[in-house]
Amino acid sequence: MPSDRRYRPDRASLLTRLGAFAGLAFMHIPVLVIILYAFTTEDRSYQFPPPGLTAHWFGVAFQRADIWQSLSLSLAVAACATVLAMILGTLAAFALARAKFPAKDALTLLFVLPIALPGIVTGIALLAAMKLGGLDASFWTIVAGHTTFCIVIVYNNVIARLRRLPANWVEASMDLGADGLQTFRYVLLPQVATAFLAGGMLAFALSFDEVIVTVFTAGNERTLPIWFLNELFRPRDRPVTNVVAVIVIAVTFIPILLAYYFTRPDDEHETAR
Amino acid sequence: MRAASTFFYRRPYWYLALLLVPPLLWFGTVYLGSLFALLWQSFYRIDEFTAQIVREPTLETYKQLVTQPANVDIVVRTVTMALAVTIACALIALPIATYMARYARGRVKALFYVGVMLPMWTSYLVKVYAWRLLLAKEGIIAWVCAKLGLLGVLEAVLEAPGIGGPSLSSSYLGMFLVFVYMWLPFMILPMAAALERVPGSLIQASADLGARPSQTFRNIVLPLAIPGIAAGSVFTFSLTLGDFIIPSVVGAPGYFIGMMVYVQQGTAGNVPLAAAFSVVPIVLIFIYLSIARRFGAFDAL
Repeated sequence: MPSDRRYRPDRASLLTRLGAFAGLAFMHIPVLVIILYAFTTEDRSYQFPPPGLTAHWFGVAFQRADIWQSLSLSLAVAACATVLAMILGTLAAFALARAKFPAKDALTLLFVLPIALPGIVTGIALLAAMKLGGLDASFWTIVAGHTTFCIVIVYNNVIARLRRLPANWVEASMDLGADGLQTFRYVLLPQVATAFLAGGMLAFALSFDEVIVTVFTAGNERTLPIWFLNELFRPRDRPVTNVVAVIVIAVTFIPILLAYYFTRPDDEHETAR
Repeated sequence: MRAASTFFYRRPYWYLALLLVPPLLWFGTVYLGSLFALLWQSFYRIDEFTAQIVREPTLETYKQLVTQPANVDIVVRTVTMALAVTIACALIALPIATYMARYARGRVKALFYVGVMLPMWTSYLVKVYAWRLLLAKEGIIAWVCAKLGLLGVLEAVLEAPGIGGPSLSSSYLGMFLVFVYMWLPFMILPMAAALERVPGSLIQASADLGARPSQTFRNIVLPLAIPGIAAGSVFTFSLTLGDFIIPSVVGAPGYFIGMMVYVQQGTAGNVPLAAAFSVVPIVLIFIYLSIARRFGAFDAL
């Protein structure tokens, strides 16, 4: 029927819609499953459906000193790495946003290399350097590893925003008599602040959760992801692991949503263009 | 302060140096230094009798890597998995990216963007763990199959040579599912970004000239989305290539590159071989990047 084949730009075909919503569901089911399992009464297997529901395991998990230690270590590492990455990543973004100079492309590649290469390469490279330099694994080696890939996250967020800023704004501000500091304070900063914060939020979430590099740089320190990894390889307390999984989801959920809201208006602006 | 800011504004190179020195110092010492240390170690070799590292430059370790069939198998297995995962991610991402970029509006669109971002940033380990619950013998997938009377189908699939195994959680099929799930958002986002940039006027023109929607999609939209797909595939390929946790938690006993690196530097104590093995994904990714570049992946990143 020709009328059905008419061009309808605002309607997706049934197949596309089905694929889109099924795909979205596929991405969320595992996370929902974890939350359900945190309440199961079964503590020896991954039986589904759970035979009963209880909040008992949350109490058990909160009593555990090892979990609290790992959690506070992870938060401390993430905080240090985030601060360092926000400083270094923003500096790099301001330097590379507009300037033209030789070796700029090489520098750009260098700054994104830690996420372009697999994490294990960064991890074992740091370990190799620590061994050569006779440096023992500690809190600060973990922070050094995390900062290296968190810089990229902040850098990407800030440079994307800077590139969208019209170049003549800075010139206009200077023409109107502002000095460099005033231009930074009243023109650049208000534009970049949310991207800067969003980058920091994502860096925090990434660092809090990172395990692949941490395995190599942590030595005997146990961040929460490393605690979790041990449970994955040798399950001992399945119910407590389920609860920790929910805690991890909760801790990363907030910064990610904040990051989304910090960058969202620009996305709409982008679409409208 | 004011004088200083004027000084730097007038001298752009000084300003640039002021900005660049701290991050460059960090990357130069911590990151590049480490990469060179790694590369350096791959030219050492291990003495087979004393198990001590012999600290003199040699290509012995690389020779061992490329001539031992077991090592070559590991590389082939990992690359095959990475390519299969990349293709599957592209196929599953296509309708999602198309819908969110071209059709969804307002709230539905926001729902899709948040809906893709949240699982992408949810803890990696928690997601792997969730899949262990899903794939377990007594887990949800088996339960759903039993309820639908499809247990026979599941068993038939698991008996298939190559991809099967005693249960989903100890088969390559299960590992493949986990990889696809983990990296799917990394494919969707660049793909959606590329599709957002396809000008509406081109689609109208195509329709005016009598093309059916499917023709328009195939001949106009898809070719313009290729850079986004190429950019996403860099992530799915690179992430699968280096992962060592998923193959150790889910899947059949065969080794993958990442696992080999981890085991060799740890329990096996053969740091030179671990270093040489970690050079493999670096080389493969640079090859992949040079191919992806031809499809415009870097314009879409």
